[in-house]
Amino acid sequence: MIIIIIIVILLLALILLYNHLVSLNIRCKNAWSQIDNQLKRRYDLIPNLIEVTKGYADYERKTLVNIINQRNKNAKMSDIAKESETVSKNVKTLLMTAENYPELKANEVFKNLQIELTGTEDKIAFARQFYNDTVQHFNTAITVFPNNILAHIMNYKEKEYFKVNENEKEVVKVKL
Amino acid sequence: MILKEVRKNKTKTFFIVSLFFVLVTLCVYFLSLIFFEDSLVAITIGLTFSIFSSFISYYNSDQIILSINGAREATREEFLQVNITLETLCIATGLPMPKLYVMESESLNAFATGRNPRHAVICVTTGLIEKLDKYEMEGVLAHELSHIKNYDILVSTIAIVMVGFVTILSDMLVRGRFYNSSNNKNDNSNSIIQLIGLIFIILSPIFANLLNLLISRNREYLADASAVEITRNKEGLISALKKIEDLSKPMENINKATESLFIADPKKSEEKDSIWSTHPSTVNRIKKLQNIN
Repeated sequence: MIIIIIIVILLLALILLYNHLVSLNIRCKNAWSQIDNQLKRRYDLIPNLIEVTKGYADYERKTLVNIINQRNKNAKMSDIAKESETVSKNVKTLLMTAENYPELKANEVFKNLQIELTGTEDKIAFARQFYNDTVQHFNTAITVFPNNILAHIMNYKEKEYFKVNENEKEVVKVKL
Repeated sequence: MILKEVRKNKTKTFFIVSLFFVLVTLCVYFLSLIFFEDSLVAITIGLTFSIFSSFISYYNSDQIILSINGAREATREEFLQVNITLETLCIATGLPMPKLYVMESESLNAFATGRNPRHAVICVTTGLIEKLDKYEMEGVLAHELSHIKNYDILVSTIAIVMVGFVTILSDMLVRGRFYNSSNNKNDNSNSIIQLIGLIFIILSPIFANLLNLLISRNREYLADASAVEITRNKEGLISALKKIEDLSKPMENINKATESLFIADPKKSEEKDSIWSTHPSTVNRIKKLQNIN
């Protein structure tokens, strides 16, 4: 009788643990899709930026076009992160250079694009933060005992962080 | 810690709703007793009425509060920057995007309402949109999002609507008493009703005040702290609070009941933390923010 009770309790614990790990895995996937959505959104916006800045800031424009053309769609996480970083930098430079042209600065389309693109950059930064937090949670969960045994059976491996350099968030906020 | 906060808020809401239910039943019971003079009819009317009004208040209180304050929806076309800032913060917190509303007002203020994160509204004044830069707005919106995440909005919204309702009812009780006393003066049971009505009238403003205190102050500090946790930039919120303090004029035609909802005291009374103030003083809030990290 006691043995049956113990087995039932163990089974219940196993089910709970399994569900816990599965839901953590799903959370990571959702967090990743947030980043992915914003990266795609940015790639959709950039052609408009290139179009509207035609005739201005030529050097920065061409550099951005080249970078976009070299885009590698099936890259590893770390490569995507690196690529995203370069695109970010170049978009920001182009936006900053474009600010020097008064006609462009007054252009309604450019103004909205600027807000949208800066917003997307922020969103990528926050989505990355959220993703990395979730991944950290997941990685801890599958390494501690006894979760690691179950994780091994479920073939869950440690996930890669979406990271280039650590203190980038602080660097962006030079204000005040 | 957030989970504990959420559970506490849900318990508080349950408490408020139950209290509301009992009070409304009693109020309507005594009211209908005056008119029908039959306790069975009165208790039936009382119960039906309070069941209906509880449901209506629970599901529509956010809409009631928005219309009291004359807010309208902030479309993406008209207010692009604020919408994008809010979207960004939602990604950071993993919360669903709340509806964004604006109030036409020169004063600088904001509030959140709704009953859960999926039915939530953030409302800002047009003055706030004009005067704050992106990082300051980020701080204010993150503060409001924390209220949503902690379910503070549930407690405060429900409390405001329900307390307002009870106040109206007890007011009616007073009038009913006057109406009655001019008709027949020789009824003995009426004096009891009058007495209870009187107690209600005396108690309801105190009750309303107590509720306001139940839902305010400490959670403002908590929301400030979680806002910084979200934006990882305390300077934004600090300078937003300073601007709100320095540039804001007292809001005209603000409904007294909804005061405690706002991020800063809408009537701008001389601030010093006392038991009766609905908001912690901005100076204290900034001090606490500066102590983070």
